[in-house]
Amino acid sequence: MDLLLSADSTGDKLITMVAAIILFVAVMGVLLFAVDRPRNVPSWLVFLAFVGPAALLLLWGLIRPAILTIYQSFFDRRGETFVGLDNFVALATSNDLRSVLVNTIIWVLIVPVAATFLGLLYAVVVDRSPVEALAKALIFLPMAISLVGASIIWRFVYEYKADIGDIQQIGLLNQILVWLGQEPYQFLLNGPWNTFFLIVVFIWVQTGFAMTILSAAIKAIPDDVTEAARLDGVTGMQMFRHITVPGIRPALVVVLTTIAIGTLKVFDIVRTMTGGNYGTSVVANEFYTQAFRQSNAGLGAALATILFVLVVPIVVYNVRQMRISEDVR
Amino acid sequence: MSTTDREQGFTTSAASAPGVKAGDFVDPAVSGGGSRTGTVPRSAKAKKRLTNPGASLIAIVLAVLWTIPTFGLVLSSIRPEIQTKTTGWWTFPLDPQVTVNNYNLVLYGGQNNFASYFINSLVITLPAVIIPITLALLAAYAFAWMDFPGRDALFVGVFALQIVPIQVTLIPLLRDYNDAGLAGSFWPIWLSHSIFALPLAIFLLHNFMKDIPKSLIEAARVDGAGHVKIFFQVLMPLLTPAIAAFGVFQFLWVWNDLLVALTFGSPDTFPLTERLASLVGSRGSEWHVLTAGAVISIIVPLIVFLSLQRFFVRGLLAGSVKG
Repeated sequence: MDLLLSADSTGDKLITMVAAIILFVAVMGVLLFAVDRPRNVPSWLVFLAFVGPAALLLLWGLIRPAILTIYQSFFDRRGETFVGLDNFVALATSNDLRSVLVNTIIWVLIVPVAATFLGLLYAVVVDRSPVEALAKALIFLPMAISLVGASIIWRFVYEYKADIGDIQQIGLLNQILVWLGQEPYQFLLNGPWNTFFLIVVFIWVQTGFAMTILSAAIKAIPDDVTEAARLDGVTGMQMFRHITVPGIRPALVVVLTTIAIGTLKVFDIVRTMTGGNYGTSVVANEFYTQAFRQSNAGLGAALATILFVLVVPIVVYNVRQMRISEDVR
Repeated sequence: MSTTDREQGFTTSAASAPGVKAGDFVDPAVSGGGSRTGTVPRSAKAKKRLTNPGASLIAIVLAVLWTIPTFGLVLSSIRPEIQTKTTGWWTFPLDPQVTVNNYNLVLYGGQNNFASYFINSLVITLPAVIIPITLALLAAYAFAWMDFPGRDALFVGVFALQIVPIQVTLIPLLRDYNDAGLAGSFWPIWLSHSIFALPLAIFLLHNFMKDIPKSLIEAARVDGAGHVKIFFQVLMPLLTPAIAAFGVFQFLWVWNDLLVALTFGSPDTFPLTERLASLVGSRGSEWHVLTAGAVISIIVPLIVFLSLQRFFVRGLLAGSVKG
């Protein structure tokens, strides 16, 4: 048991991992064996054995904590004194915290639109190209990279060196500025544009996702429709506006909303690029800072609640769109 | 997947994105191969497309923009420290020198010791993929093929849980793990990842299970097979592609996660992502270390993603044959 709780050498860790997996499989095995063996186990008991473990985990680890957090958002930093709406009032009135909300809104307005636009553009221009598969893979690969990794890749692009003597730039973007005869620029330090340079990283990651979904949707447009339009002498741009876009409208909505939901929760990029400093913090990052760095449980809970409140309408809209398009089919 | 968000890529869902069939999404590799059956031969269409230089130009510009940042990072990771720190990677052809020193330094050099964080990432990820998939398979089976009063309402409830952002759960969960004496071990991380994966996993696997013809299940039942036997002998083999597909997403999500690892982890359990993030904080200009470290953390998800793509393709083909 001791080993299962504290493993510090590599060997111990691997043993712990294997032991945990075996333990899990054994428990599930016994459970299934117990309900399967005897002839007349009531059917509700079998159902419970199949659904029970997942349901228990969700109840304990998702539903209960969510309720507790919303409750806690009405309490002070130590979670002891009831303070009513004070935490939310602080969010709306304190300058620093208000800029967190404003940044979050900027993120959620720009990222989905930009990533969807670029993804759609790319999907259209590489559609049916002989190197389509390779071309798509290039754009799609950032999705497999962690946001921490993506942040480091882009910090390197933005890297700044003061322009003194014969010091050379090692960040690509500043080198391009120097080649163009400009002064190097502190991309991550100078507000308000630094938020925009963080946003670029997430667009870079999300475009592949948009491109893949939209490309599949484009290919699902029936051929006779496009052929008929072509025979009528429709030009490329008209085809795009009157055939392609209406044909993939449901997919567009789903891509936009899904990226919007992901954008609201983005935390790794802000934390890795600037740590939320220089006026770049967003709700998901500020939540972590307040709850686990500043030990302000009340404000942390309020930020998490805000996140929840922001996400809900988008998810509801997303699901309704899916329903509608399924009905149509 | 790098995403902060598991839904990405999947909710939008393989199974339910409008106009997109189950496997379409998965496969930048296949979709080029085209399911189109038009009147004009493919090659003729391709020619038409290629004659548009504007489109080709846009494609090339975007592809270059998307590739260059990663290329610069990888190239810098194999240049000697002094070069990486003083000259841009684009000067490499002027004085091409290659070294593995950065990797040695990052993997085994005293403070960095990425090798042991690599092990942590692995130890975190495997159970955090196996446990939720197993639990979700069982639950999805029950929701799809067992009769139980209130079953559908319960399923909608599980589906709706996808709206809960994990941030909302972290503070109470951390308190519980501390009270239970689990803090600092791998258990809180395994448990949390498993819980957070369940709603989406159950929803997706349920959709795949519903696609299996009812007659198969009923035939087995007539033969006297119980639920457990049906589950393992009839369904599991058919579900392999779906399991592989979700497995890859969960793998990428857990391997690339930072938030859960930071919240519930300890120096003994921190994964590569945490180590990289803290390196940026403490040694943000040590680019020879940062670039090599980033490559090490990126390489596994890339390999998993690229190699399992084929799995997706097989699943896609199987699905389309079934019609």
